[in-house]
Amino acid sequence: MIELRNLSKTFRTADGTVEALRDVSLTVEDGDIFGIIGMSGAGKSTLVRCINMLERPNSGSVLIDGQDLSLQPDRVLRRVRREITMIFQGFNLLMQRTVLKNVCFPLELAGVPKSQARTRALELLQTVGLSDKANAYPAQLSGGQKQRVAIARALATDPKVLLCDEATSALDPSTTVSILELIRQINEKTGITVIIITHQMSVVENVCRHVAILDSGRVVEQGEVAEVFAHPKSKAARDLVFPEDSEGALRVGSGDAQYIRVVFNGADAAGKPLIAHMAVEKGIEASIVYASTRSINGKVYGSMLLGVSGGEGVTRSAVEYLTNTPSVAAEEVTLDA
Amino acid sequence: MLDSLFSQEGWQEALEVLTQFPLAIWETVYVTVLAIFFAILLGLPLGVLLVVGGENGILPLPRPVMRILDVGINLLRSVPFLILMILVFPLTRLIIGTIVGTTASIVPLVIAAFPFVARLAESSLREVDPNVIEMAQSTGATPFQIITRVLIPESVPSLISNATIALTTILGYNAMSGIIGGGGLGKIAINYGYYRYKFLIMFLAVICLIVLVQVFQSMGTRLARRADKRLKNQNP
Repeated sequence: MIELRNLSKTFRTADGTVEALRDVSLTVEDGDIFGIIGMSGAGKSTLVRCINMLERPNSGSVLIDGQDLSLQPDRVLRRVRREITMIFQGFNLLMQRTVLKNVCFPLELAGVPKSQARTRALELLQTVGLSDKANAYPAQLSGGQKQRVAIARALATDPKVLLCDEATSALDPSTTVSILELIRQINEKTGITVIIITHQMSVVENVCRHVAILDSGRVVEQGEVAEVFAHPKSKAARDLVFPEDSEGALRVGSGDAQYIRVVFNGADAAGKPLIAHMAVEKGIEASIVYASTRSINGKVYGSMLLGVSGGEGVTRSAVEYLTNTPSVAAEEVTLDA
Repeated sequence: MLDSLFSQEGWQEALEVLTQFPLAIWETVYVTVLAIFFAILLGLPLGVLLVVGGENGILPLPRPVMRILDVGINLLRSVPFLILMILVFPLTRLIIGTIVGTTASIVPLVIAAFPFVARLAESSLREVDPNVIEMAQSTGATPFQIITRVLIPESVPSLISNATIALTTILGYNAMSGIIGGGGLGKIAINYGYYRYKFLIMFLAVICLIVLVQVFQSMGTRLARRADKRLKNQNP
């Protein structure tokens, strides 16, 4: 089990101090795939580097199975890092070594005899599907293949935890899916705990079971992925799940406007112009703030953001009206700054 | 000056001196190779220290130590070689037992070259991707392991090309050491060309030097290319 307790980290830069982490507390259970998502600059990279103490936090503790890493000297941390390995956005392979020698690298550092390391490395290359590339050099591989080598390398010392720092951000969508699939398989087979740092929603949706949302160095929301994404509470979470809401330029009228998110899930588009009907039947005038809908075989899919003025009562009856339409869901949303 | 190039006696004389060329070429190569060997022996560790000892390096050293290292290297590099040769006489006598001769000229060459090599090594080692160093740290590498298994092996191609630069520079200095009795092509060029106005012989010696530089340079370039595994489309 990994427990982060009240982690804080400040960096001193030329123009003042930057608080990268503020009082971050998280618990990751053994065998979980845990996503940490946030916009760039939210502190994700710092957070993941605190887990293996590449960055020492200013305060707070990192407990791995009860052992507090923040109290350990470098000598101990080096041994711990064989148990908590890492893959990176840029793969970070040794360019002057063959694929096989790259996978052997952590074993070499640990003092494992050469022949034994070789056998283990070949085994791992098979796991990641690159047996035929053992003697190739990284420059001869594609991005996805390089990340597979990096994964094999990270697994060489039989770690308990795998940290993935934006590991799929440099890959195209289909390669991303295959790498995530590989990580999921390894997690299932070995029970390794995986922590995935990303700014991509799709990555978390694809493989993670739990997620924490990081915003300006703070954990603003955490829980099961389905739960957090279905009912995002914090602004940062909503920005990630519904990026359209965050575009401040689309604000309607004065401060008294209220907003309704309408989700179309196969509504009958041809039969009934919904917004116009609402105006006619209920006398509610709504302006479309944002819309992203697609029509497939005459059915509408997607979402829309409406701005309604006229107070609580009007908004409530609008939500009621919309909700009663088949295959349409609506809820009031607040757009806080 | 050009007369001697075309006169009968000039050529005859040159042919006689030409018999000394094989030995001179050998002396030049021997001095240069030994000098680069010792210069690398001293310069590479210093280059490593310059890279790892910095504030954000993998093995930060006390600031004053780094300062002394930095200034010391600059100091040695700013002394003109001609003056340096004379300044290191006591050291040469201490190590070799004499201050004249081919072997004695190796000492000032090493003293002149090792700070240069340190700077070249520093620039090569700085080319290593910091993310790769972070990877090594995250894998549990000690600073010494990072130096010997990441920093140096990853920059081998660049180190070879920079060693070639150092080698050709030493070759040039070696020619200058003819003044203090250092043997080689430089001595022939100075003794015959400068002191006795035998320009033809001087030209021949210079041509030999040019050929040597070419040979060293193309050997170094080829070696660096062959060592570099970042180049695509090579057979594993």
